[in-house]
Amino acid sequence: MESFGSFRRKFAPWNDPAVKPYIQFENVTKVFGDFTAVDDLSLNVFNREFFALLGASGCGKSTLLRMLAGFEEPSSGRILLDGQDLRGIPPYRRPVNMMFQSYALFPHMTVEGNIAFGLKQDGMAKSEIDARIGEMLKLVKLEQFAKRKPHQLSGGQRQRVALARAVAKRPKVLLLDEPLGALDKKLREETQFELMDLQYKLGLTFMVVTHDQEEAMTMADRIAVMDQGRIMQVATPAEVYEAPASKFVADFIGNVNILDGVVEKFANGEAEISAAAQGLTIRAETGKTLSSDQKVWFAVRPEKIRISREKPENASFNAVEGELWDIAYFGDMTVFHVRLDNGALIKASSLNAVRKVDNPLGYEDRVWVSFDTDAGLVLTA
Amino acid sequence: MKKNAAMQKLIAAIAGRLVIAVPYLWLFLFFLVPFFIVVKISLSQVAMAIPAYQPAFDLSQGFAANFEKLKQLSIDNYRWLLDDALYFKAYLSSLFIAGVSTVLTLIVGYPLAYGMARAPSTLRPTLLMLVILPFWTSFLIRVYAWIGILKPEGLLNQFLMWAHVIDTPLTILNTNTAVFIGIVYSYLPFMVLPIYSALEKMDYSLVEAAQDLGSPPLAAFWKITFPLSLPGVIAGSFLVFIPAMGEFVIPDLLGGSQTLMIGKTLWSEFFSNRDWPVSSAVAVVLLVILIVPIVLFQRAQVRAQESGK
Repeated sequence: MESFGSFRRKFAPWNDPAVKPYIQFENVTKVFGDFTAVDDLSLNVFNREFFALLGASGCGKSTLLRMLAGFEEPSSGRILLDGQDLRGIPPYRRPVNMMFQSYALFPHMTVEGNIAFGLKQDGMAKSEIDARIGEMLKLVKLEQFAKRKPHQLSGGQRQRVALARAVAKRPKVLLLDEPLGALDKKLREETQFELMDLQYKLGLTFMVVTHDQEEAMTMADRIAVMDQGRIMQVATPAEVYEAPASKFVADFIGNVNILDGVVEKFANGEAEISAAAQGLTIRAETGKTLSSDQKVWFAVRPEKIRISREKPENASFNAVEGELWDIAYFGDMTVFHVRLDNGALIKASSLNAVRKVDNPLGYEDRVWVSFDTDAGLVLTA
Repeated sequence: MKKNAAMQKLIAAIAGRLVIAVPYLWLFLFFLVPFFIVVKISLSQVAMAIPAYQPAFDLSQGFAANFEKLKQLSIDNYRWLLDDALYFKAYLSSLFIAGVSTVLTLIVGYPLAYGMARAPSTLRPTLLMLVILPFWTSFLIRVYAWIGILKPEGLLNQFLMWAHVIDTPLTILNTNTAVFIGIVYSYLPFMVLPIYSALEKMDYSLVEAAQDLGSPPLAAFWKITFPLSLPGVIAGSFLVFIPAMGEFVIPDLLGGSQTLMIGKTLWSEFFSNRDWPVSSAVAVVLLVILIVPIVLFQRAQVRAQESGK
């Protein structure tokens, strides 16, 4: 197995055929009127996994979550949780809890009352409820806010209450619908790590819906990229980024140059592709079997492209000359748009690892862009 | 230049005050002045004259003569209200009828408002229109229509006899039952609209959250939906209770001789007995009785606004 990027923890039950999936979606379809929200979708999620459903709005990710919570029933197919078919089980009897996008905190109850709500429903003893509330408040660091009403809290505090309320019942699965969507950027980054920490501490299975790829990449063990009710790829964040299964996924996640090309030669896992629009000959390593004259796409991420004033040593392939068209300076890195002589644009980025640069690149400079044979990916779909 | 600016500021301030003064002036002319006239009449004595009470002030007689007349005012009429049990009973009966009607209106109106608030959003304006539609017809005509429905040979009895539910016509008209029906029917929109507006702005995901946390639908209703619609329930209840308390037309047309309501008593004092001072005293006492629920209503409204922030 090839590996990409970094591992957060040694946890990969999806690679072990002996491990039984915890949540199973089996050929699930959901139709609203004449709109198919989820289309014959199958998916396995494992116990203690932090799983993210990523997609643009209307891709069916929220519907999938609501079907697991029990607010919608699948039109066909079935959903199993820990081996149990969930069909016909109403939301109030399912061992899953949801953290709502709007938080849905009960405005007429205090923080304590909100957290206690689900516990009271279970007929838990008063002393036990109090102990659990204390534990939850400590977990989300809101001990001194127990008696406040939701409207007396900040957005970040409300988010924590919603989280505490949802995990208080120790559900088998915690569903999170855009959990960080309402927070500002800085708070969102902090909270991402807190959520990961919490999930690890509680040992729960998290299933999060988000449209924010950074959020999904940071938090999740695996990501399912969805489009039009179907799953385009399920993989670890690093795999999704470095080895996208299709042009859609490559384009959806992160920044990328996608070049149309035709295979000229293919031998021993190396393809020679001509990209006519860029006037570029590409040599790329690939695990796929290609044939001559096959139409393919070549995807290469900007950070894997070098940019230099000097002509590279071997400029007969994977190198092309152009003019600096646009420079976007982000502080930690700079993104360059290079306009080739035939008008095509190529994005390249470089890390600003050195503070002081002699003679930095400027607008309208003549530059060469080049990349290695393993820098990009040949895509056929 | 500076003077000019100060001048403009002054004009703006005066203009601002003037705008606020308009409603005050309106209330002064059309509420406070008439009310004090009524209070004054309630302190006068009945007289077979025009006007039907004395003393009557006459500006042409000069200040001193009018001031002298003030001494003739007395609270005899209020004592009279206490002495005759009829008035006490009428007030009590009004409280009872208004109270029961309010509860009945709530029982009928809440499900209606709930259904409207949960209807597809495209349908809601139509449903809202249907609730308001009866206002397009005269209130009096609608109450008269109920006579046609409720009388012994009316539509309701005809239908029930045709359906073989009953053999002999029910006596509904000219009973308290008819009064309840009339009040519930007439004031239903005042109950439905505030409850609807409270339910409609409620986030439905709260109910889903309650269910998600283990509440069956009925429990979720009582723990979440109902408490959150309480401001609407309170507003609606007061909007029905307060006018129902002084209702005259409905008990007069639909009620029987045994239906005792303060509005009817007031009317007969005024038109049958031609006793303006006593009927004015009845009206003043009614207003004092209603001040309690009105103040409660205002406080509930303020609280609802504060918690809504």
